[in-house]
Amino acid sequence: MRALLKVRNLSKVFKTGFLRRGTLITAVNNVTFELNKGEILSLIGESGSGKTTTAKLILKLLRPTSGEIYLEDVEIWSIPNKNYWRRVQAVFQDPYASFNPIYKVNRVLKNAFKLIGRNLSKSEVKGRIKEVLTYVGLKPDEVLDKRPFELSGGQLQRVLLARCLLIDPQIIIADEPTSMIDASTRVEVLNIFKKLSKEGKSIIFITHDISQAFYVSDTMLVMHKGAIVERGRPEDIVFSPKHPYTKGLISAVPKLHERFGFS
Amino acid sequence: MKKVVNVVNLRGGYETPLGFVRAVDGCSLEVYEREIVGIAGESGCGKSTFARLMIGYVKPPAYVINGTSIIGDINVYSLPWEERRRRLWGVKVSLIPQYSMNALNPTKKIRDIIVDVVRERKGKSISSREALAMAKARLEELGLSEEVLNMYPIELSGGMKQRTVIAISTLLNPLLLIADEPTSALDVSTQKLLLFLLYELVKRRGIVETLIFISHDIATLRQICDRLYIMYAGRIVEVGGIEEVLKNPLHPYTKGLIRAVISLQPEVRGITLRGIPGSPPDLINPPKGCRFAPRCPSAKDKCKEEPPLINVGGRRLVACWLYD
Repeated sequence: MRALLKVRNLSKVFKTGFLRRGTLITAVNNVTFELNKGEILSLIGESGSGKTTTAKLILKLLRPTSGEIYLEDVEIWSIPNKNYWRRVQAVFQDPYASFNPIYKVNRVLKNAFKLIGRNLSKSEVKGRIKEVLTYVGLKPDEVLDKRPFELSGGQLQRVLLARCLLIDPQIIIADEPTSMIDASTRVEVLNIFKKLSKEGKSIIFITHDISQAFYVSDTMLVMHKGAIVERGRPEDIVFSPKHPYTKGLISAVPKLHERFGFS
Repeated sequence: MKKVVNVVNLRGGYETPLGFVRAVDGCSLEVYEREIVGIAGESGCGKSTFARLMIGYVKPPAYVINGTSIIGDINVYSLPWEERRRRLWGVKVSLIPQYSMNALNPTKKIRDIIVDVVRERKGKSISSREALAMAKARLEELGLSEEVLNMYPIELSGGMKQRTVIAISTLLNPLLLIADEPTSALDVSTQKLLLFLLYELVKRRGIVETLIFISHDIATLRQICDRLYIMYAGRIVEVGGIEEVLKNPLHPYTKGLIRAVISLQPEVRGITLRGIPGSPPDLINPPKGCRFAPRCPSAKDKCKEEPPLINVGGRRLVACWLYD
């Protein structure tokens, strides 16, 4: 099976400081991985690990310093942006920041059709909108007429995913999509990702929370200081971690029925 | 065992254009000496408001309706605002609100921030030198070198900022420290360190007499809390020893919360976890009776009547008719 997305020796170096007195920060260090159709790949790392920068590079929001990214074997910088962003969509951490606060949900979703340049009749548009909202577990009548502040974080994230579905991308990059959602609703949003992957969508799930990654992923990549330090199946990473950083990370996850040694 | 904090039937909330939000609707809580008590609840349950009501930090549009809060020998609501500021806040009780590490003045060095805070509490009776010496000692106890004193907040990592905030908040060895989501914005490894430090402050170093730890993450609470209060829609719905409540939850809401936790266990890989369907009620017009009933799989007719906290033995309380 040919890989849908190929990331090869990707690096991003930032220069801070003024003129000649700057320091170099290697945010992403020679990262290589592949993403297949219908796969959920998690990028796990703590702050400063380079995971969000990697996401931005894949989303064409940043230019790499070196390395290449291929979507269906075509280097992404030679793909026109509009076409690329129809095939690769993103969901970010703060749903309230992703919405114009004065637009109702209905308007947001209708606008998505403009992005994909499809010409559907009014009733087809309405039908499709209801379809995607139901898919993500929302009742259309309860949300279509609402503005962002009238909905919870969990509901809004689902609206974002519904919008994503209207655009029908091949890949969804989700950067901490559930961090601002309560634990009791979080699982339901994660379940939507699982559902999407079963239908052939590929997902890059970026998080600092190993447990969430463990629940949804097919493959886990652990990032530290810009580099991938370990990769593999979730069971292997969590139950037999090899890299000391990974081991430390797993031992720091609080468990429900056990205390850390110090207490 | 001495009761250090005694909150009885506290009721309060916020005046808004759409009506009065009954954020805390009759909540009671006790903390004994050297105890760490956890308050678990999700967004909008009223836990942060509860913390502020406990210490009497209430100004319009927030109002307290009734109830009492006694911290040490001080009856919070018997004191006027100025007296609370002088004798209570920062002295007998310290509240570290959510996101407080982002509230450190970015234009001031840590040393200046600390001196400001201490001198505001103790007035001119303490010199800058003494204040700094106290600060240095406390920072060291929290694993921060004295170089931090000469830094600006932006030069510190999230974990360092949070430790600085804890250092400043505990300088005067309060009877009660309330930490509202102190570790939520931190990486898991920094979180572990913070939990260790908070535990030490109370249990081993006696710097803080009691701690109330507020969080939506019950696995985090499990790490250092002795007892747990579960809060939902402005009410306390379950109380008990933390190990017991988590191993043997009684209230349907607690059960739902625990079921939604993703454990790092092999079984989790093959199953579909379920959250709690629906969302918490509007607290301007809360439903009559049990507030969780609309989402509860075990709801019955009796639930139209509000269940009181029922004592089921062994200091366990549950607000649910299933245990009547």
